[in-house]
Amino acid sequence: MAKTLSRRTMLKTTGAAAAFTGVSLSAPNVIRANDKVVRYLGTATTMGSEIDKKLFEDTGIKVQYIPVTTDEVTKRVLTQPNSFDIVDTEYFSLPKLVPSGNILGMDSTRISQFDKISTTHTLGEIGGKKIGDQGTAPKKVFYLKDEFSNEFSDEPTRWATLIPTVFNADTLGIRPDLIGRPISTWAELLNPEFKGKASILNIPSIGIMDAAMVVESMGEYQYPDKGNMTREEIDLTIDILIEAKQQGHFRALWSDFNESVNLMASGEVVIQSMWSPAITAVRTQGIPCVYQPLKEGYRAWAVGFALSAATKGYQADVCYEFINWYLSGFVGGHLNRQGYYSAVPSTAKEYMADYEWDYWMLGKPATQDIMAPDGKKLAGAGEVRDGGSFEERMGGVACWNATMDENRYMVRKWNEFVAA
Amino acid sequence: MTKIQTYSAALLSLPFTLVIGLFFVLPLLLVVMVSFWDYTSYSIIPDFIFTNYEDIFYGCIGKLPSLCTAFSTYLSTIKFVFITWAVTLVVGFLVALFLAFCVRSLPMQVALFLLCTIPFWTSNVIRMISWIPLLGRNGLINTGLVDVGLIESPLEWLLYSEFAVVVAFVHLYTLFMVVPIFNSMMRIDRSLLEAAYDAGASTWQALTNVVIPLCRPGIIIGSIFVVTIVMGDFITIGVMGGQQIASVGKIINVEMQYLQFPAAAANAVILIITTLLIIYGMTRIVDVRKEL
Repeated sequence: MAKTLSRRTMLKTTGAAAAFTGVSLSAPNVIRANDKVVRYLGTATTMGSEIDKKLFEDTGIKVQYIPVTTDEVTKRVLTQPNSFDIVDTEYFSLPKLVPSGNILGMDSTRISQFDKISTTHTLGEIGGKKIGDQGTAPKKVFYLKDEFSNEFSDEPTRWATLIPTVFNADTLGIRPDLIGRPISTWAELLNPEFKGKASILNIPSIGIMDAAMVVESMGEYQYPDKGNMTREEIDLTIDILIEAKQQGHFRALWSDFNESVNLMASGEVVIQSMWSPAITAVRTQGIPCVYQPLKEGYRAWAVGFALSAATKGYQADVCYEFINWYLSGFVGGHLNRQGYYSAVPSTAKEYMADYEWDYWMLGKPATQDIMAPDGKKLAGAGEVRDGGSFEERMGGVACWNATMDENRYMVRKWNEFVAA
Repeated sequence: MTKIQTYSAALLSLPFTLVIGLFFVLPLLLVVMVSFWDYTSYSIIPDFIFTNYEDIFYGCIGKLPSLCTAFSTYLSTIKFVFITWAVTLVVGFLVALFLAFCVRSLPMQVALFLLCTIPFWTSNVIRMISWIPLLGRNGLINTGLVDVGLIESPLEWLLYSEFAVVVAFVHLYTLFMVVPIFNSMMRIDRSLLEAAYDAGASTWQALTNVVIPLCRPGIIIGSIFVVTIVMGDFITIGVMGGQQIASVGKIINVEMQYLQFPAAAANAVILIITTLLIIYGMTRIVDVRKEL
């Protein structure tokens, strides 16, 4: 009933508008008004059927997914900008995306929660403390000079590159039951003790960062900027990986989230690069798995939304409505309960129980069982989140996922590592 | 030949020429063209440079005798091609031989032949992945062997190894060998075998002097299938080799993901040339066209 009414009002208004301007071309708008669809391009790891359902209840927007891998997202933005309305992408892809002119600057004045976005992104600090900014830290690529600019701005402007949604700090995952001793440094990934039981991810731009963390903690080399290596530094890093590989150190390499879960759950691997939801997936199978905080710190990443340059007018309004809804708390709470961080922590808090907020964000011991969003038990009473509170974890960030100037050379050297 | 005949021949071949031209020759030419272009991390630039090819063979001369990425990758791929080819040939030939000569009734032959195709009812990837729980460190074979007491600790080389890759290849592609060989065998005139036996040949002699030579086209066609598939494969090598074994296909795949289309195109050109050379060599042994 409500739908018919709104449709009628819509017809009336558009009819009036048409009469006023003397054109009758506004008819397509009527159809679109009743059919709010957003074509979403992204990995879709931060979406899900629950989010879709709630989104439709609250706003009447439907999401049409184009789910692809991280690298595929970039490729698609560059090659088929007309095929999507909104893109969910990583900050480290921006140095590739922005020069293409295929995504627009996001109007921060249209985002109601913009001033509440976590300071990790806007200022590169947390609780007033500076955090590591090696690599493509969000603050370096947060603003554009203007809406259609192809250049980043150092000063805050009205135009943001992405509207941030989710971020996290990554580290190594371990099987404490199979290792049986404390692990405290990245160097352990290449410790001969774990020969044939280690893995690193086979996505060059992220794998090289994990490798750099290991190289630094082994004391082999201190990088001026891990996120932007010189050719010599790339050679050095890859040579260390190759040496380890030739000694049979790696059981396998993985490039897909599910592969990392299987390697860990089956016990083929006891220590490896891993992502937070993969840890959750192993743990909900009842297998002990820890997202081990390490003394050298974390490798962080952040994602956000941008509109395709082809998205205009009414369709752009729907996209902004979608983004505003996304930041309004429900999704934030949902993602925080999976171990991610919402870019607007304050709204997420409203959708989390106090004991959940205390466990996930404040690093306090759980006062009751902590459940994953799908209802499976993640942790029991008394347990503390790996790595502790939001401030401890994000404060310990050493570098961010990055696109290097020498990207082309790096990919070639990475292929050499895989071939060795 | 009259003019009309010439035209009608040209006309008859036109649809096929168009299809091949549009969907095979043209894309191939585009690949060759792009392989000479330049690129940045977000765009490809029309140009005529050899950098992409130089990058592929970077360090190939300087590093000798140790192998550069390109050589070691091709060497490893060709090694898989050879092993897979040899194993599928022996297995495929024996299966075809059994189907064609040992099974007497036609309905039985058809039934058994269909049985061979059953694995193809599931996807390639699933057939491949189904080996993992069998071969893994805590997999069926290792647990079985340890329980029986034959080995003390699990065999690591069963999974994520060259062995695993070969097992999967043989499993996936033997049928491509069976079908053409079986087809050739069915066309052998049985009286030739009788004549061989009448002339005093042993079973072995009949096999080597009559059956195998007459199966040559089937063997070559099957070999071409297996060789081309294995040359370009990267999924099997990736999954079964734990992504630790290089393959030309994987290198192209990574370059595509990083939008390095010209580099990927250059690698594809080299791959096509290598594969064509191998097939050329094979057709030198047997003139398939004549035999058919």
